[in-house]
Amino acid sequence: MTAVVGAFVDGWVVTKRNLIKIKRIPDLLIFSTVQPIMFVLLFAYVFGGAINTPGVNYREYLMAGIFTQTVMFGSGITAIGLADDLQKGIIDRFRSLPMSRAAVLIGRTTSDLLNNVLVLVIMVLCGLLVGWRIHTGVLGAVAGFALMLLFGYAISWVAAVIGLAAKTVEVAQSAGLIWMFPVTFLSNAFITTNTLPDWLQPVADWNPLSAVVLALRDLWGNAPEGLGRGDGFPAEHPLALALIWITGILLVFVPWSIAKYRKTATAS
Amino acid sequence: MTDAIVAQGLTKTYGAVKALDGIDLRVPEGTVLGLLGPNGAGKTTCVRILTTLLRPDSGSVTVAGIDVLAHPQRVRRSIGLSGQNAAVDEHLTGYENLEMMGRLYQLGRKTARTRAHELLERFELTDAADRPAKTYSGGMRRRLDLAGALVTSPPVIFLDEPTTGLDPRSRLGMWDVIAERVRSGSTLLLTTQYLEEADRLADDILVVDHGRAIAHGTPDQLKRQVGGERLELTVSEADQVPVAEGALKEISGEPPTVDRAARTLSIPVANSTRTLIEVVRRLDAAGIEPAEIGIHRATLDDVFLALTGQEVPK
Repeated sequence: MTAVVGAFVDGWVVTKRNLIKIKRIPDLLIFSTVQPIMFVLLFAYVFGGAINTPGVNYREYLMAGIFTQTVMFGSGITAIGLADDLQKGIIDRFRSLPMSRAAVLIGRTTSDLLNNVLVLVIMVLCGLLVGWRIHTGVLGAVAGFALMLLFGYAISWVAAVIGLAAKTVEVAQSAGLIWMFPVTFLSNAFITTNTLPDWLQPVADWNPLSAVVLALRDLWGNAPEGLGRGDGFPAEHPLALALIWITGILLVFVPWSIAKYRKTATAS
Repeated sequence: MTDAIVAQGLTKTYGAVKALDGIDLRVPEGTVLGLLGPNGAGKTTCVRILTTLLRPDSGSVTVAGIDVLAHPQRVRRSIGLSGQNAAVDEHLTGYENLEMMGRLYQLGRKTARTRAHELLERFELTDAADRPAKTYSGGMRRRLDLAGALVTSPPVIFLDEPTTGLDPRSRLGMWDVIAERVRSGSTLLLTTQYLEEADRLADDILVVDHGRAIAHGTPDQLKRQVGGERLELTVSEADQVPVAEGALKEISGEPPTVDRAARTLSIPVANSTRTLIEVVRRLDAAGIEPAEIGIHRATLDDVFLALTGQEVPK
């Protein structure tokens, strides 16, 4: 028990340290919002007319996808941040201190979560401007944002393993983000999965990102009807599938990254 | 006297490279051990093992009476580590860096703050306390990094090349700071590439090469083995060599080393300044104006040459 408390106390000290960095280099936050805003505008106005989403306006359909994509890419910062600390010898320093072995990772993932909240606020305003609305209620809205941030938090732990393995910022920058492209594009984030080839559709339907996005659309009243939802279990129980995925990711990647942290050393 | 650091039979292999090949060391409480060796000799690997960052392939380590391999977390409470690359957070101010270190050393909020201010003052960083560390000079960063290792006044301190890359003035400043810690009773293990640094700070020196200890002794023993300081003299005319040779022989009591082609002579010296004056006086009396004269301090290169017959591996 004391170990768990210690992990969070130390974790918060590290979180504050990371947040100071966001405050001192505001460009980071600015650039992490420019891209998603650009995506909103491009997809809403350029592809919007070409993509057919039965039962829902495309711009409304799009937002859950863009938000989730943004949160996932935002979580990629975890990989870069850890690799940076590793490269500069700061992780060595932390590892020589009588602090919790989980604290650096908790601190990193928590500060990236808070960073995601900030980015999300800007995204939501942008979404409201292009005509996106939540049609359910406060509870659905809150549940949706919570689910999305939880998903982002889980992805941060995936990124943590990548960052600790990468060891240099340059490698972490590409390795931390590259796998996210197939994950976002092979999903229902921007299209409906029934437009994909038959063999590809199940991949997209079972994709954790698709599960989260469809669950959000349900929670916010932005979901398409019928075949546009995809097929089978993922189409019927997106929220359950999303929670299963998130739990599974956390169960695998939290212990994995902590084990990696214990052994990781600065490349010399 | 009890030993604050004991390591026995440490080995560590990275792929085909044997970083440590059976190192034994022992540092009595309150003393300073200098690990002297060139780049890649295994100094850092050794420090990493002693500070719980790395597990050896074999061997045993005890620090502050605690088995490092069995109870790393307990060891961490008793040590301070200042690494090779000044691991301060450059976006945090000096004060924030130290306050964070204090918190992570499990000091209470209030104690951590007080301690941060004390250390900033002691390390002459008070004026820069509220500036991000990225605006600091190399010497200031090292001082801040060292201060971070001393937040809890740990009984055992590890310094990995504390002055590498510093200009001579900052180096002297670091030496003062380190010497002060030692006077206050801490046990210190420091790695260095400079014989001068080990000589100045260490009670005991272990020379390492290729993961093995190749010599061990007090700085004086080691310098004696290497030849210590030498007076080197170059004359401008070949016929001046025998005269100078005679003068040097009279002073040191034994024949000097002579390189006739280069017209260079040298003798080992114990009291360098006095000998230098004496030599200049005699040469002057003999009407010889040396082309070059000076005291050559033994360096890591000399140690290596004397111990292994080889140059320091580049």
